[in-house]
Amino acid sequence: MGLLDRLDNPFEGGGIILGKVEDLLNWGRSKSDWYLHFGLACCAIEFMAANASHFDFMRFGTIPRPSPRQADFIIVSGTVTMKMAERVIRLYEQMAEPKYVLSMGSCANSGGPYWEHGYHVLKGVDRIIPVDVYIPGCPPRPEAFFEGMVKLQKKINEQQIFNKRKRLEEEDKKLSA
Amino acid sequence: MNTQEIFEVLKEKFGDTILEVTGEAPSDLSINVVTEKIADVCLFLRDTEIMNFDYLSCLSGMDYKDSLGVVYHLYSTINHQTVVLKVKTNRENPSVPTVERIWKTANWHEREAYDMYGIQFAGHPNMIRILTCYDWEGWPLRKDYKTPEAYHGIKVPY
Repeated sequence: MGLLDRLDNPFEGGGIILGKVEDLLNWGRSKSDWYLHFGLACCAIEFMAANASHFDFMRFGTIPRPSPRQADFIIVSGTVTMKMAERVIRLYEQMAEPKYVLSMGSCANSGGPYWEHGYHVLKGVDRIIPVDVYIPGCPPRPEAFFEGMVKLQKKINEQQIFNKRKRLEEEDKKLSA
Repeated sequence: MNTQEIFEVLKEKFGDTILEVTGEAPSDLSINVVTEKIADVCLFLRDTEIMNFDYLSCLSGMDYKDSLGVVYHLYSTINHQTVVLKVKTNRENPSVPTVERIWKTANWHEREAYDMYGIQFAGHPNMIRILTCYDWEGWPLRKDYKTPEAYHGIKVPY
């Protein structure tokens, strides 16, 4: 359903595409995600492999950003300790909307091997920030990570971005009714 | 020079300060020392010609249930030999003299032992927690430690 594929359509050929502005914007947003990489443990090493030339993470149009202010999504890869949890919240809050969260690996998803006796480990980063995509694995292979990235792009593509306030008001009415 | 011989030399020099040799021969031996004198014994082990224990391999805290303790693993890069020293301290107000002045590497090791067991190292220049948060409550590696229910409003148990 790619926008460029539709140029081959006989009804839309000749360099003209009929469609929604929302689709165009989402197409642009999903294909140039800038990320803040928050590497905390061994998952970060696997992410380095995914980032290097063999797997080439940048083919998704991603660029690493050192500042949360410039990032579209944050990759939490590794064990989130209680000491780090407060920093993760702070970084997430510094990011500009719209923002997304990728939770990479078992530790960030649910505490991983520290789920029972880890007095110092946060049992899942979703306890402090809303997670969009969970990537299972200990650590996940780069292929698994890329599937998560495809899922995130799909999510962005399907997102409605206009009339947000109107939609939210309608949802509120439904909930209160 | 094995542990038994080092023990004889120390006994001659420090007398009753050196308590006994424990463990199974030949590899598991350790020398128990009176807590207050550990820094003097360590300095002697480092600076005496035949000992030359110039490297502190490891300093770790211990919980013996009825008391706490510290274990020192020393290594000599000149004579290529090791020795293990042990001291004990009470649970209520644990305090051990620092060896930070003798081996600088003890700085972080002692901070870790303090962080995990609450053992105060008297004379340490920076006796604060090293791994857990500065406002963490309790001593995690003690046998009677209970995992807290929450930290700063974040739930800790699974």
